[in-house]
Amino acid sequence: MPWTKRSRSAPLSIPAVIVMSAILLSGAAPEKHLSVYSVVANYSLTLVQRDGRDYVGLLEVLEPLGKVSARSEGSRWRLRYNNVQGDFQAGKTRARIQGRDYDLGGKFFAENSRGLVPLSSLSSLLPRFLGGPVTLHEDSGRLFIGSVATHFTASLATDNSSRLVFNFTAPVNPTVGTEPGRLRMTFNHEPIVSPASPTLTFGSKAIPSASYSEGNGAAVITVNSTVPLIASFSNNGRTVTITPSSVAAAVAQNATQPASATPAVSEPPPPVANPSSPQVYRRYFAVVDASHGGDDHGETLSSALLEKDITVALARSLRQELESRGITTLVLRDSDANLSLDQRAIFANADHAAIYIALHAASNGHGVRVYTALLPYGEDDRGPFHSWTTAQHAWLPLSQSAASAVAAEMQKRQVPVRTLSAPLRPLNNVTGAAIAVEVAPQGSDFSQLTAPDYQQLITSAVATAIAATRDQLGAAP
Amino acid sequence: MIPRHLVIGVAVLLVAALGMSLYAWHMRKAATSTVASSDTRPLAPPVAGPTERVVLFVAHDEDGSLRAESAQIPMPTGRQQRSEELLRALLSLYLDKSSPHVLGPGSDVRSVFLVDPGLAVIDLNSAFADTHRSGILVEELTVASLIHTVSANTPGILKVQILVDGKERETLAGHADLTGYYDVSAVNQLATQLQ
Repeated sequence: MPWTKRSRSAPLSIPAVIVMSAILLSGAAPEKHLSVYSVVANYSLTLVQRDGRDYVGLLEVLEPLGKVSARSEGSRWRLRYNNVQGDFQAGKTRARIQGRDYDLGGKFFAENSRGLVPLSSLSSLLPRFLGGPVTLHEDSGRLFIGSVATHFTASLATDNSSRLVFNFTAPVNPTVGTEPGRLRMTFNHEPIVSPASPTLTFGSKAIPSASYSEGNGAAVITVNSTVPLIASFSNNGRTVTITPSSVAAAVAQNATQPASATPAVSEPPPPVANPSSPQVYRRYFAVVDASHGGDDHGETLSSALLEKDITVALARSLRQELESRGITTLVLRDSDANLSLDQRAIFANADHAAIYIALHAASNGHGVRVYTALLPYGEDDRGPFHSWTTAQHAWLPLSQSAASAVAAEMQKRQVPVRTLSAPLRPLNNVTGAAIAVEVAPQGSDFSQLTAPDYQQLITSAVATAIAATRDQLGAAP
Repeated sequence: MIPRHLVIGVAVLLVAALGMSLYAWHMRKAATSTVASSDTRPLAPPVAGPTERVVLFVAHDEDGSLRAESAQIPMPTGRQQRSEELLRALLSLYLDKSSPHVLGPGSDVRSVFLVDPGLAVIDLNSAFADTHRSGILVEELTVASLIHTVSANTPGILKVQILVDGKERETLAGHADLTGYYDVSAVNQLATQLQ
């Protein structure tokens, strides 16, 4: 068949297309990611470009966080997360969540059963599903669900000005890279957040400054130096010490001569796993649970006063009291969200919190009741696996110690108090010290439960008791 | 032209029908209200026969305690029926408005099953749970009172399950767990704490 003018040019155009594709691909922007940090899991998702904007699959964002399902019906896409229903329509910018309209700020895309929403919409869209606050760093692709941020401080060691010590509020495991004049720690999986100033300066010739930056789902701390540096980890991954390699070599040499060891070389070695005492990495020391929430009102104290609202106020007050005593605290429910009893226990167990404190309020009785678990007639543990219904068993003596400490502190403050065991979930499912504090008014007026003074009286007593037993609680596996 | 006597006859019949309808409606309403007001009583009739002295563990909200109180009640011979009568005697105290631990109207025990080895299943009616006050202490007083009364008077019970209307329920009224089996020895210790 004779070639037409158009068909004759085809063989030439194929190599041209290949060459052009290679050029375009070689210069293509790297794949963009969104890192999601939550109490349940930290994970990373790939972002896609639609209409020149960053989009993310909503189902993929929610899937690791709870029970989620989605189905497509033509152009409609329905998503159910726990008890929250969302209706989306392809090509539309508005969605309907729990019967209320919501503006996505960009078109919704339904592709191969995936529902894509603009990245920028997550900060206001997710709280409607999760019932709690989220923080989105849109430019750097980082999403924080709840109070999960890990903070850090950096300062020169007081005994040796050539050592820079980073202290983190939770264990970290960054990728460390070095190049002439700098050491870079990249945090791909940790919810590290910026210090007050992204640039930190130190009065050291060897390490004059460090800087913090974020990008493509990761946080990076860059330490600038005039000498080669190395990083070492201690304090269960909470402390990173940056040392000039020459000093580190001297430390290693001196470490073999204990008699001549100086304070400058007394930094403990990185932790070694001990099979008889497994290393526990806890992000928060205390998990405070505002009981009830959402559809579960708890006790209806009056038409306008529900137990679930008082417990949130008490939880916030207790967090403040604990953190003011240097105890890292997570409040499980900081809004009017539904949270099952199993979920509450899973959150506390996943974090290996040293103590779980459930807060309740009641109109019945006077003062405070502190409860530990009344264990049910349960199944035996199987090997390393604890029976869910009696998971608390090994920690019950520790829980009772904590309850006694709280009761003693209440007595010091002249608050009537009792310690009891109670068939109260999820105390029996928690693998750590676990107590419940039920707050009743001191007299017959239950409006006292909403009084900030009374709430603070109770929460400061609980916090003081926890702080006093911190060593005992923290030492438990 | 309709005859006059026929018009009068039809009118009288209509008035009579209307009157009877009104009377029937009034009687039905009265019967319904009688049933509703009597619904607060235990469903099963009291057992007749020889009486026996038993110990009931009665909850007191005032000081959050559980106190042993003896009572003379008619007791059947069957183990299962005895347990049911014990709990009905306990509930008759709680249904009184002057009770130290008031339960909601209509609260009742549907039945108690004693299942070997050592399992007792207490089946409450839905009114019991639906009208129960919410709170850790108030709910655990009820649970401890029921379980301790049955186990103290019925030897050999090691664990107790509480059902509502024959089904498992998550909590009694938002707090006391009803999903598992209560360990009788643990409840006995709780009863000691509550005394």
